Amino acid sequence: MKLMPRFMTGLAAVALAAAVSVAGANAMASTFMPPAVTTIATEVDSIYAFLLITSLIAFIMLIGGMCYFVWKYQRRSKTDKTAYITHNHALEFLWSFIPFLIFMFVFVWGWKVYHDMRTVPEGALEIHVMAKKWDWRFLYKSGKEVLPGIDANGQKTPAMMVVPVGRPVKLIMASEKITAGSTDPLDRPVLHSFFLPAARVKQDVVPGRFTTLWFNIQKPGDYWVFCTEFCGGGHSAMKAVVRAVPIEEFEGWLGGEGGGALSLVDKGRELYASKACIGCHSANGTPSVGPTFKGLWGQKAHKIEGGVVDVNEDYIQESILNPNAKIAAGFAAQKGVMPVFAGQLQEDEIKALIEFIKTLK
Amino acid sequence: MASTGAHDGHNYINHEKGLWSWLSTLDHKRIGILYFITVMIFFLIGGLFALAIRTELWSSGETIMKAETYSRVMTYHGAVMVFLVIIPGIPAFLGNFFLPMQIGAKDVAFPRLNLLSWYCLLLGAGVALLSLAYGGADTGWTFYTPYSIKHAPAVICMTMGVFIAGFSSILTGLNFVVTTHKLRAPGMTMLRIPLFVWALYSTAIIQVLATPVLAITVLLLAAENVFGIGFFDPALGGDPVLFQHFFWFYSHPAVYIMILPAFGVISELIATFSRKTIFGYTAIAYSSLAIAAVSFFVWGHHMFVSGQSEIAGVVFSFLTMLVGVPTAIKLFNWIATLYKGSINLSAPMLYALGFMFLFTIGGVTGIFLATVAVDVHFHDTYFVVAHFHYVMVGGTLMAIMGGIFYWFPKMFGKLCKDSWARWSFFFVFVGFNVTFYPQFVLGSLGMPRRYFDYLPEYEPLNKISTVGAYMIGIGFVIGLITIIHGLRKGKIAGPNPWGGSTLEWTTASPPPHENFLVTPIVTAGPYEHR
Repeated sequence: MKLMPRFMTGLAAVALAAAVSVAGANAMASTFMPPAVTTIATEVDSIYAFLLITSLIAFIMLIGGMCYFVWKYQRRSKTDKTAYITHNHALEFLWSFIPFLIFMFVFVWGWKVYHDMRTVPEGALEIHVMAKKWDWRFLYKSGKEVLPGIDANGQKTPAMMVVPVGRPVKLIMASEKITAGSTDPLDRPVLHSFFLPAARVKQDVVPGRFTTLWFNIQKPGDYWVFCTEFCGGGHSAMKAVVRAVPIEEFEGWLGGEGGGALSLVDKGRELYASKACIGCHSANGTPSVGPTFKGLWGQKAHKIEGGVVDVNEDYIQESILNPNAKIAAGFAAQKGVMPVFAGQLQEDEIKALIEFIKTLK
Repeated sequence: MASTGAHDGHNYINHEKGLWSWLSTLDHKRIGILYFITVMIFFLIGGLFALAIRTELWSSGETIMKAETYSRVMTYHGAVMVFLVIIPGIPAFLGNFFLPMQIGAKDVAFPRLNLLSWYCLLLGAGVALLSLAYGGADTGWTFYTPYSIKHAPAVICMTMGVFIAGFSSILTGLNFVVTTHKLRAPGMTMLRIPLFVWALYSTAIIQVLATPVLAITVLLLAAENVFGIGFFDPALGGDPVLFQHFFWFYSHPAVYIMILPAFGVISELIATFSRKTIFGYTAIAYSSLAIAAVSFFVWGHHMFVSGQSEIAGVVFSFLTMLVGVPTAIKLFNWIATLYKGSINLSAPMLYALGFMFLFTIGGVTGIFLATVAVDVHFHDTYFVVAHFHYVMVGGTLMAIMGGIFYWFPKMFGKLCKDSWARWSFFFVFVGFNVTFYPQFVLGSLGMPRRYFDYLPEYEPLNKISTVGAYMIGIGFVIGLITIIHGLRKGKIAGPNPWGGSTLEWTTASPPPHENFLVTPIVTAGPYEHR
């Protein structure tokens, strides 16, 4: 008899708490997170708000219940009698199963948004990103290069990546030595991580391979980039800025100072001839000593001796630097013919060759 | 019968005399006390490093030290706290003392191995701290490659120290598994052992299975540093991400090595201080085993942005969510135990309630991080720092403190001043929230971890956090004073001051040399408060 009204009061309290949490969580999501400037960032914030609300409700139920019991069942005397309750299957099932359902719901939601994060839209503007202790460097396909600057007081200013608003941008990232071509064994590329809080994206920059990340900024402005993988004393100073500007302004900037440099593709075409790749690898599909470059880029499950491989930046780089690691199917007899280019090419020359090969569709 | 053995004042402390009798002891209780002292010293060292970190972060820019020094301070804070404080903290100290007593045994199965494990910890700590003589390691406690491949003696000392200390963990784990299976008193079936023993047993399984992987990993890293073999260096054909897989294959289960024993302590505290049988004994016992099992398959959630494939990220996200279920079960069971109990708010119980408050926050923020899309933003930010401190400090350290004040009367036969212990709790609990709650916000705003310097707009929250760190420091100093005062001037406790129902409370305080004068015969479950 007495149980029902008490139950209703409890229910009302929980509902009130829930309403307060919903209002609070939405307010908190916008206060706690940096401004969201991409569609994905907004989606991430929605999951965050959901998690915040559910967590608050769970917290109020658990800790509220705990405090209530502690107050209600305080020890009165040393001889208090207590109830002997060992278990309750229905309750135990409920408090295992309901959290499980919530976890699965948020897991699937997180998966969906993560899938969008990892799927680069067609036609994204590609920018090469190079990380080293403790600077960022950006290389556009037009050949334009952005380095950290020096301000009037002689202080270093972070490198600024200018991108057009409303167009997907794909970063192709690599880690490099402090001094290009250094033979010092201690000057080795290390891990870094590119973190753009305003876009809620982050990706480690891993020595010896390429990693990618994309974003599509909807709002003009300057946004911080942090390094989020510990890389030594200068780790926290390793910052950069992404400046999103309208497309016309972007094109003006790209063609402005330093815009007259040779584009990566042209540089790659020059290297293709000057480094004598052309002697064995045709650009037009003609069979030769080595496989042709035509139509190579982007192949999924490209046949090699003993398996298949996806043709991407990592595969091309490996095949240039260490040609015997993977041999294209049908070329086993030519193994060892191609010279090893490790140490013979600059990092940027490899990127130029890759960009050139990408154009041979 | 309860007080037999006390009449002649004979106990494990005065059983033998002299420093050598302690350094060569095979008594699990004395070894537990050795661990107590060792862990307290390392905790003091690790805590001073923590205060140095927070002092440096008081303001943006350089405050009291250079960036290179900061990298070292943060490395030693992490390595000392993880490998020398939290991992041995509960199992090797409280576990060593009370696991055999709770199952009615005279000692652990392999007393010599037990002593060896303490020396392994000391030797490992010595070798690790020797690195300070070589300028100190600056790799972070995670030793990520290729940064940690620098042919530096400091890094080699540090990794070899971790290698040796790991054996301490393996040997303790082995001892506990065998002891639990073979040395239980007559009538003590597996479903009658106290939940603290269940938690230590689950932990011991992880220690035995996972720690060798860490040993191999740090050995490979040392070999790469000494001989230049290319396991992890891409320039030599190695893979830096492979190191992360190896490292987290141990270090994620290690998180449960750190927290599962705390769950066990909390189960004991809640039952005794509510004077009530625990709600859902089997669910709590088996959820420890479930967590131990799943813990081996979630390491990839540390690597969502490391360059691993999308499908790997999704699978690890799913498996991580599963850990949430047994964890939630435990929290619900503890709170249900309070229902219709007779709740005594002495200091140990305050620590247990504080544990539940902080661990709930640590747990729900874990779900944020398990959600892969959200983790991409939070990964390697202060959000993660706040999350694992809520679990490791808010959880494990609160449980250690609660456990110390709970079992202090049994270990030393004297009572600590409860009011002082409650002040200690107050400062640790409030200070903890003041320190780490702002760090959730800092991380959400995007402040990365391991940062020596930060944007000026992060300064106010960092200042609050630093104030909290000093409050925690005050709380632990009060706790230490309370313990020393209790040792010197504490009132005589008697065998069972709290009304505990497990076997250790049936013998004298301090216990006699072989724990029980007559081997106990068990006829009921561990928490029969009727």
